[in-house]
Amino acid sequence: MRGIKRRDFIKIAGISAALGLGGKTAFELIAPGRLDAAEEVPNAAAFKAKHWGMAIDLRKFKDASQVKPIVDACHLTHNVPAIPTKQDIKWIWATGFDHAFTHKTHVLIAETEMKDKPILVLCNHCENPPCVRVCPTKATFKREEDGIVLMDFHRCIGCRFCMGACPYGSRSFNFGDPREYLKEGKPTNPDYPTRTKGVVEKCNFCAERLAVGKIPACVEAAGPGQMLFGDLTDPRSEIRKALRERYSIRRKPYLGTRPSVYYLV
Amino acid sequence: MYDKGKIILGLVIFVVIFTTPFWWNAGVAKPVPQIELPKKEKYCVDAKDYMRTSHMVLLNNWRDSVVRNGNRIYEADDGRKFNMSLTNQCLSCHDSKAKFCDRCHNYLQVAPYCWDCHVIPPEPKEK
Repeated sequence: MRGIKRRDFIKIAGISAALGLGGKTAFELIAPGRLDAAEEVPNAAAFKAKHWGMAIDLRKFKDASQVKPIVDACHLTHNVPAIPTKQDIKWIWATGFDHAFTHKTHVLIAETEMKDKPILVLCNHCENPPCVRVCPTKATFKREEDGIVLMDFHRCIGCRFCMGACPYGSRSFNFGDPREYLKEGKPTNPDYPTRTKGVVEKCNFCAERLAVGKIPACVEAAGPGQMLFGDLTDPRSEIRKALRERYSIRRKPYLGTRPSVYYLV
Repeated sequence: MYDKGKIILGLVIFVVIFTTPFWWNAGVAKPVPQIELPKKEKYCVDAKDYMRTSHMVLLNNWRDSVVRNGNRIYEADDGRKFNMSLTNQCLSCHDSKAKFCDRCHNYLQVAPYCWDCHVIPPEPKEK
């Protein structure tokens, strides 16, 4: 008879099991690390929060010159093209009070200091985002761990349902190749991709910067106290303190989208 | 059969023209592309055979991990860590897209649309 007898096999197996020499333990003893599969893990330096939020202090914005460096910082960081037509792409931009806060508008606003003030507007990263609900490919999704409404540009089919659904006009569509309209036709930030024709895009709360431990580009470019960024679930955060002490409004609250961008008035 | 001669002649001409690509290139096998491997690194994020056949699967997994789950670091089998980024990681070693990616892709007539969005770093200068 060749090989091992059934009886002997059971004996060896029994003794090995008793000594703990089976399965993973044995592999770890004989060839440490060989069983470890590749893993995907977050960057240790990443900024984390349960619900990222932003507060924009309207008192600290006097005129358009204060807005430009903030908008430029964002658009240069994310290779957002400047297209001189209605097909322009915007991630963050300035608008008038009556456009930003349609529900707060009345005739007499035009007589107040609010009249000519630039109001910075961007994606509100709603808690109840209508764009996510309408997206047929789940290209737009809300990241449950930190509340950021993100886009997977790979999956976007350019149907533009999200643009119709967003009550804030925060989304732009690439009607043509956006690279043609970048400064000198080259990406201004080679570390970040551009988009392609037929894809919708919007502000991503700088998810790619938070992932490496940097605050959003617009907040970095803003003057002191102009824009606050932090965790809305942390009662000790700077943004919660500001929202506690000051009166704040959100855009179109009656729609129930629950924006994460607040305006201190 | 009427017009037998014309029909057969027509068929012969059709077959000859239709098969032109085959007999035109008969006997001249295109050389297998030679890709330029990085000089400073010996081992990619996974085994060579796996990378050769399945790099697109790996890249799709990286994409989903980074975009969907926010996990940006890839811990390889041997414990080395990589930033999951096509432009910033893959092409930092494979510094010439033309001499690495394109040679095989052109040979196989595949046109991945990675570069419609992802930025191609400038080609290294010839020494």
